[in-house]
Formats: sequence, structure tokens, C-alpha cells
Amino acid sequence: MLQKIKNEIVESQIFKSVFRHGYPDNDLDRAYAIFSSVFLHIHPVKVRRSALRMRYTFCLGGITLFLFIILAVTGIWLMFYYTPYTGLAYRNIKDLQFVIFGGNLMRDLHRFAAHGMVLFVWLHMTRVFLTGAYKAPREFNWVVGVVLLVNTLVLSWTGYLLPWDQLAYWAVTVGAKMASYTPLIGQNGPWGPQLGFLPTNDIMFMLLGGTVVGQNALIRFYVLHCVVLPLVVTVFLAVHFWRIRKDGFSGPL
Amino acid sequence: MDEKVTREIFPRDSRKSYGLVELMKKTAPIVKKEPEDTVYVWPNLLMIEIICAILVTVGLMVLIQFEHAPLRSLADPSTTPNPMRAPWYFLGLQELLVYFDPWYAGVVLPGMIIVGLMLFPYLDVNPKGVGYYTYSERKFAVFNYSFGFAIWWITIIIGTYLRGLDWQWYWPWSNHLEHMNPALVTLVPLHLIFVNWFHVSEGVGKLFGDIIFIGYFALGTIIPMIVWKPMYKAMGLWRYLTFSFFFLSMMGVALKIVLRLLFNIKYVLVTPWINI
Repeated sequence: MLQKIKNEIVESQIFKSVFRHGYPDNDLDRAYAIFSSVFLHIHPVKVRRSALRMRYTFCLGGITLFLFIILAVTGIWLMFYYTPYTGLAYRNIKDLQFVIFGGNLMRDLHRFAAHGMVLFVWLHMTRVFLTGAYKAPREFNWVVGVVLLVNTLVLSWTGYLLPWDQLAYWAVTVGAKMASYTPLIGQNGPWGPQLGFLPTNDIMFMLLGGTVVGQNALIRFYVLHCVVLPLVVTVFLAVHFWRIRKDGFSGPL
Repeated sequence: MDEKVTREIFPRDSRKSYGLVELMKKTAPIVKKEPEDTVYVWPNLLMIEIICAILVTVGLMVLIQFEHAPLRSLADPSTTPNPMRAPWYFLGLQELLVYFDPWYAGVVLPGMIIVGLMLFPYLDVNPKGVGYYTYSERKFAVFNYSFGFAIWWITIIIGTYLRGLDWQWYWPWSNHLEHMNPALVTLVPLHLIFVNWFHVSEGVGKLFGDIIFIGYFALGTIIPMIVWKPMYKAMGLWRYLTFSFFFLSMMGVALKIVLRLLFNIKYVLVTPWINI
């Protein structure tokens, strides 16, 4: 009976128009299932049995990607309820906490997936280091990985400001103050004032859109956090995965 | 066949057309392994990925039953919390502000960490140890990574648990509500110590500091060049100099932490523009 229903579905015109291959219970369709899917074709069709060994990768890179996907989904959900305006941002978060159905769930997931992503990027990097996977011909992919690490940290930091509470405000103030000490282009940095950089035109001013963390900083961090940085991460992720396929997997093959 | 040899025998030519054929010196795409040793990604690998994803989801779901995303009172520019903490992953850098001026701890050093990490594959010339965990075949590389890693995490732990009001050192059993007396610790630049010890002028004292600073980098670069000649030969001059700069800078961070915590040294290098 079940078999019959399955056959009906698998052989229907709709299924065939979507998947272009039969149910993957034979080798040909298993191969098609991978390389005719835009989502799955980052995988090879076949891998060495030994490459599946968990004690080599511990799935750390995969977990990092999965956390990024969780962050994208919960992040977009949160965007429906959030206004990047200093007069409303904090109240929006309070609403998420006490009024909106599932608000706490989404906010907590977003927060802890973000912590997790920072942690797992780091663990993944350590794994890659300890197995020498960054060595030729994979040097460049390591560089891409470092770019992704930096982006993860900046994403996390820009997101920190958005709740507009004391924690957010002062953590970002500490960080932005650092920018003002940048040599040559910061108001407090070595050779900064000599080169004419003042609180109103230096690198910190550019970052915050003002001399203090305020409305302009909030909208800047919001756009960076929700649009610019996720896009940058996505592009580098694509390169990262592409290079794994092109340069070859480092593990026991 | 070596890429180079292949290119000599079959030079690339834009007037020719090519198929997707690659020359290998091996007898099969994957050498010495039977094709039977491979398995299909569907379902073998995909199943592992799905299980991983489910475990992560369950882990997160369990975690958020016990811990919630924090939300303090509304942002208030007129009330500065004490201590004022960066997010945990930046606490290491914030902690380094105790040991260095902000332009170095907050800007130059993070930049150097990023660039240094990116350069690692280009500086590590040891071809061994790809594709498996090994310490014995690449002790020095693992030491370097672990050392940087240790500084990063130890400073995070100090910043999270051992710093309290005014970013002073508080033990877990200290009274976290009472301000420490900052006058108990007087920080001095190194050159003033020379002035006191040897009764030299401040300018000469600073010169000593400069000599120690430059000498640290110069000797730290030259001595290994002579003592570990094979390593130097394998790396070549520019690769070695780059590596040496980053390595000594990393060690310098650790040295400065020790100098500051044990001997209350504020600066080693003192110039009109920058102090380190």
C-alpha cells in the first residue's frame, strides 16, 4: 500500500518536473540526486568510506554552516518585529520577550546560535590547523576561512548593539572607542591628530556616523548586521566550499 | 605526472581545444584504492549531516530552556556600567588594554593576528602532517598555534572571571562590590628604572629601553638563523623574516604580560609618538 503511494508520487508529473530523477534507491538515481540539485551538488557523488570518519572533521565546519542557517532564519524572523530607531528598538525587544508568540524562542535561538557560531568557527579552525589541512594546495582556502572568522566576529559585534540596552550600548562604545586609537586615521591614535583627524572626521566617526553611539550608529550597525555582512559571508562561504571541491579534501582518502 | 612536466610535454595553447582530461602519474583517479572503497553521498554522508543538524538543534533547544538572551535596562549614555565589558570573544583584546596602549592592543595587534593567521600556510614549509592529527611531525607549528590560542583564551578567562570594578584584579572570593585602591600598584616605564639604578639621564635610560626592544627583535631573528640553519634554509630569507616578526611579536605579548604583572613595567619602548 505504502509502496504504491510512493510510486504514485515518484512517478507523477509534478515530482518528475521538480527532481528530474527517480527515487534515490539505486546508484544512478543516488548520483542524480546529488548533482542535479543546486543545494546538494556542493557534495561529490561518491566519497571514500574513510572520509566519513567523524573523528577527523567532527563535523565542525558543517555545524558552523548549520548555525549560520539558523541565524539567517531566526534573524529574518526577528526583523519583522524590530525597528532600528533608538526610541523603539528596546521596546521592540521587550515586546519580543513578553508579548509576541515565540519571541523569546527566536531571540534566544538567535543569541546562542551566534555564540555557538563564534565558538565553532574557532573549533573548526583548530581542527583544520591540527590536521595540516591548510597546507598546499589549500593555502588560499585557509585565507578565505580567516576572512570568514573575522566576518563572524564583526557580525556578532554589530548584532550586539541592536537590542539598545546598557549591555549593547557600552560594549559597542568600548569597541568603537578602540577605532579612535587607530594609527594615522584615528583622533587618538599615533600621528592621527597631526594628520588632521578630529572627533568629527576620523575612522570612529565614519563607523558610528557621529561622535557618540546614537541613531546613526544604530542604523549603520543594523544595515551591516542584516544585509552587508551576511551577504559578504555568503559569498565567501560559496568560495570556501567551491575551493574544498577544487583543491580536494585533506582527510584520509 | 608532475604539473610542471605535464606542462612541458603538453604546453597550454589557446588555439587548441581541450577536453576534461587530466594527466596523472597514477593508474586510477584515486591511487592504490579500489573503486569499491567509495560510497554514495546519498544517503551515507547526507545522513551524518542530518543527524549533526538535529543534534545541534536539540542542543540549542535544551540550552535555551536554562539560559536566556540577556536584556539589561534601556541604553543610557549618562550611566556607565562598571566594569564595562566587551562581548566575551573580544574580552581577550580588552584585557590586553591593561598591558598595552589602545592603539596597539585594540587596533594593531588584532590586525597582526588576522594577517598572521592568513600568512600561516605560506610560512609553514613543513610538507608533513597533512590529513591526520600529528604532533610529533610538526611540533613547532602546533606549538605556535597553541601558544597564540592559549593567550587568546587565558585573557578571555581573566577578563570574564578575574576582572571587577575599574577593571582591577578580583579573585572569585574577593568582595566584588568594594573598589580596589589603584594606588597600591604604581606602574613605571622601564627607562625610569634604569635612571634609578644607574643614575643616568632620562634620555640615556630611554636609549637602554630602545636597545632592549630592538635587540629583542634583532637577536631573536639572528640567533635562530645560526642555530637552526636547516629551518632557515628551508624557509628562505623573506619567509623567515616575516615569520620571525610575527613570532617575536606574539612572544612579546606574553613577555609584556609577565613584565607588567610581576614587575609593574608600563612601557619598554618610549618614544614621543608611541609607547610599547
